[in-house]
Amino acid sequence: MTTTTATSPVLEASGVTMRFGGLTAVRSVDLTVNSGEIVGLIGPNGAGKTTFFNCLTGLYVPTEGKVSYKGTVLPPKPHLVTSAGIARTFQNIRLFANMTVLENVLVGRHTRTKEGLWSALLRGPGFRKAEAASRERAMELLEFIGLAHKADHLSRNLPYGEQRKLEIARAMASEPGLLLLDEPTAGMNPQETRATEDLVFAIRDRGIAVLVIEHDMRFIFNLSDRVACLVQGEKLVEGTSEVVQGDERVIAAYLGTPFEGAPGAEELAEVEAAEAAEATGTPETAEAPEATETPEAAETPEAAESDAAAEGTTSKEGNAQ
Amino acid sequence: MATTENTAENTAEVTETARGLIALPQTAARALIAVGAVATIASTFMSWTYTADFPGDLTYYGSPAGLQILDLVAGAITLLFALTLFDVRGLRWLNPAGATAPVVLAAASAFAVSWFSAIAIAVDLKGLVALDPGAYVTAIGSLIALVGTLALPSPGDTFKDWVSKPDRIPAAQKLPGWAERLVITAATAVALIVFTYGIGVDPEASETFIGYLLLVIFGTWALQAAGLFDRFATFNARHKGFATSMAFLAAAVFPFVENNEHNANLGVNILVVATVALGLNIVVGLTGLLDLGYVAFLGVGAYAAALVSGSEFSRFSGVQFPFWAAMLTGMAASLVFGVLIGAPTLRLRGDYLAIVTLGFGEIFRITVNNLDGSSGPNITNGPNGISMIPDLDIFGFNLGNSHDIGSITLGRFANYFLLMLIITGIVVIVFNRAADSRIGRSWIAIREDETAATAMGINGFRVKLIAFALGASLAGLAGTVSAHVGYSVNPAPYQFAGSVPPNSAFLLAAVVLGGMGTVNGPILGATLLYLLPEKLGFLKEYQLFAFGIALVILMRFRPEGIIANRRRQLEFHESDDSIDIPEQGLPDSTVGVTKAGA
Ligand SMILES: Nc1ncnc2c1ncn2[C@@H]1O[C@H](COP(=O)(O)OP(=O)(O)OP(=O)(O)O)[C@@H](O)[C@H]1O
Ligand SMILES: [Mg+2]
Repeated sequence: MTTTTATSPVLEASGVTMRFGGLTAVRSVDLTVNSGEIVGLIGPNGAGKTTFFNCLTGLYVPTEGKVSYKGTVLPPKPHLVTSAGIARTFQNIRLFANMTVLENVLVGRHTRTKEGLWSALLRGPGFRKAEAASRERAMELLEFIGLAHKADHLSRNLPYGEQRKLEIARAMASEPGLLLLDEPTAGMNPQETRATEDLVFAIRDRGIAVLVIEHDMRFIFNLSDRVACLVQGEKLVEGTSEVVQGDERVIAAYLGTPFEGAPGAEELAEVEAAEAAEATGTPETAEAPEATETPEAAETPEAAESDAAAEGTTSKEGNAQ
Repeated sequence: MATTENTAENTAEVTETARGLIALPQTAARALIAVGAVATIASTFMSWTYTADFPGDLTYYGSPAGLQILDLVAGAITLLFALTLFDVRGLRWLNPAGATAPVVLAAASAFAVSWFSAIAIAVDLKGLVALDPGAYVTAIGSLIALVGTLALPSPGDTFKDWVSKPDRIPAAQKLPGWAERLVITAATAVALIVFTYGIGVDPEASETFIGYLLLVIFGTWALQAAGLFDRFATFNARHKGFATSMAFLAAAVFPFVENNEHNANLGVNILVVATVALGLNIVVGLTGLLDLGYVAFLGVGAYAAALVSGSEFSRFSGVQFPFWAAMLTGMAASLVFGVLIGAPTLRLRGDYLAIVTLGFGEIFRITVNNLDGSSGPNITNGPNGISMIPDLDIFGFNLGNSHDIGSITLGRFANYFLLMLIITGIVVIVFNRAADSRIGRSWIAIREDETAATAMGINGFRVKLIAFALGASLAGLAGTVSAHVGYSVNPAPYQFAGSVPPNSAFLLAAVVLGGMGTVNGPILGATLLYLLPEKLGFLKEYQLFAFGIALVILMRFRPEGIIANRRRQLEFHESDDSIDIPEQGLPDSTVGVTKAGA
């Protein structure tokens, strides 16, 4: 929760809108990330968080709005965005499955090395030096995330948690000024999640600003200097963890809006119990934990947090691809 | 993958199913194999049939010929593997695990060759009367050996266990460096002999070639099951430069050993298609772009070289470039053509790219057909092509003339073979160096996941265009030589599929059959695909059909190709025995070899 004094903006997104036909997945979102900051991005499933990331990194061309990095407007081309200094990871892990761990990180170095086909064919001293330097840098990153001993393994053979870490190392290899993490702890157990927390702090301490999407509320509120909440494509609130945690609209967005004017907990419980009864025949759905825990959740913010975390765990199953 | 489980299973198996399919004491089983093998060997010194009508003339006593030589080798391999079971000193290395599978496969090779020969004689010469005692001896001897192997300790319940490498093979004792090099040299020499024998088989003697194929398939399978190829691969990895130079040396020796113009011509053509397949491998194997019109680049190179060759049928008949300029012209023309085709099409993904390249390939052929002066400007001389292309002249060394080196005369095709070998060598170096570099890694990254690759800062279009252009110019380079070797160029062979080798389907099949992303794979694939129809005359009409069957069988049983890229192998076979891949680490032993196949 430390806030660093430096306040020069690294990322400025203004009025970013993304429409898919009739669906507006992201609606006029403004977001700023300052250097040395960790910013969290939360929101229920389908809120448009990943779509927003894709707009930032040029994978989607935003329908409206612009994204600038350290003052210069970014063209919507992924490779140009990366060479400008924004790197990312993917929600559904996208490693180069049949390359080794080391090679994956080396690919991440692509924008920071220059050797073309000719120097590869001629193998001059410059090429060798650059290649050795790349390897050294990549090994250093593997050391940093704790995967150096598996440098020669095929990335497809790594356990889930390590694959996520490797994605982070691969992204860091491009020496970014801003790192976008899309659900970095999805599929991790509590210990791994805690380790990832430390990892993100360590990344921040290296001078890299971080924008992180996460459903694990404890994780996000521990980590972030600021949190923005996206609901149905719109930014609902933005502020410190305390502010966002206490915001009724956020809780409502996660837990569903009660009937107009009458938020009675018993009523809600009744309705959802009925729903649960209806759904008994079917296997456990994402609503199930919500239904049982809602009444308590409405009472204390801590409960809301754990509840949301529970939702997070269910959601990632839906998202794994 | 789950090592602990496997160990448990194996120990259980050892105690339970130590006996074979046939209940016999172990000594008896081994003795049967040895006796059968000796009988097989002995039979090859007898007459198998009374008439010389059967290819190879198997009528002599005391001197094996044709199929008999192959059977002799098969019998000898069987005997050697049988002796490994007797713990004969000095033979342990042949079967380090003392496994059953290699012995079974060796005996199967002898059985296959013997019985194929006997049946072929009986069928060709209309009846069992055609068989001399030798044929009966070989049939019975090889059968005894095979039966003997069935009484060996069972390696497992399924058929697969009987014919595949055991899970664990004890590590070999460490050899000194020079000994490893000696092994590499010896293996290369053996490979050269095997190849030369195969290419030297009389095209009329299809029977002999089938016997040869049976022996090669079962023989290599036996060696593979004994774990010898893995061991050889580690040697190779350790002495990479040495192994590569040995391979090239062996290839360079080929025209001296096989001093026959027809076979040297075969050799040149094989090298041409192998080189082009290797170029295609950059596009398909490394970058993952399915190019169905690749042969057009070979055509562009060939036509460009033909136009500047000084042939009187060329539009520019007055122009005769020196060989190096002709080659650069061919390369440059293909490069330009590659960029022209690639620039608009490489923005497409997957199937669309395949369709568009298929179209462009055909457009090339049809255009060349029509640039004949009547339907268009006269540039290519239409369907007649450009003929009477003069031979290359390299610094006063005319490749069209025979040259004496010592007591050996190198004919025209032998000269071209050596030139083509240098080009193949260049292409191999280009492939290896490009693959192991920043640009090669970005190709593989694009093959693996294009979206992630672009998100890592790779300019997908640019990098794909480089791969496309490089592949094209390598094909163009090979094309320049092929134009001179064949005296003429015409549009017919540069089509998608056809019965004459350099067509796109053939090249793709060579890459896929041999092994995508490897150097040796496409070379081996092209060799096999070129040689088989050449030697098996009866296949000619069914060539495409046989291709199809071969591809289907291969994709079913060995989707990674004959020579597996270590990576590909893991990719395709992992799910066979384990479903939950990400949770399991790779045993360290396999990891060490990862690089070897790369
Ligand atoms: N390429 C696309 N075409 C059409 N609709 C899309 C596309 N990508 C995303 N969407 C839609 O945009 C909305 C936002 O999806 P997005 O993946 O951004 O949500 P998210 O906030 O990341 O959710 P989650 O927490 O489940 O990851 C969803 O309704 C989704 O179906
Ligand atoms: Mg998402």
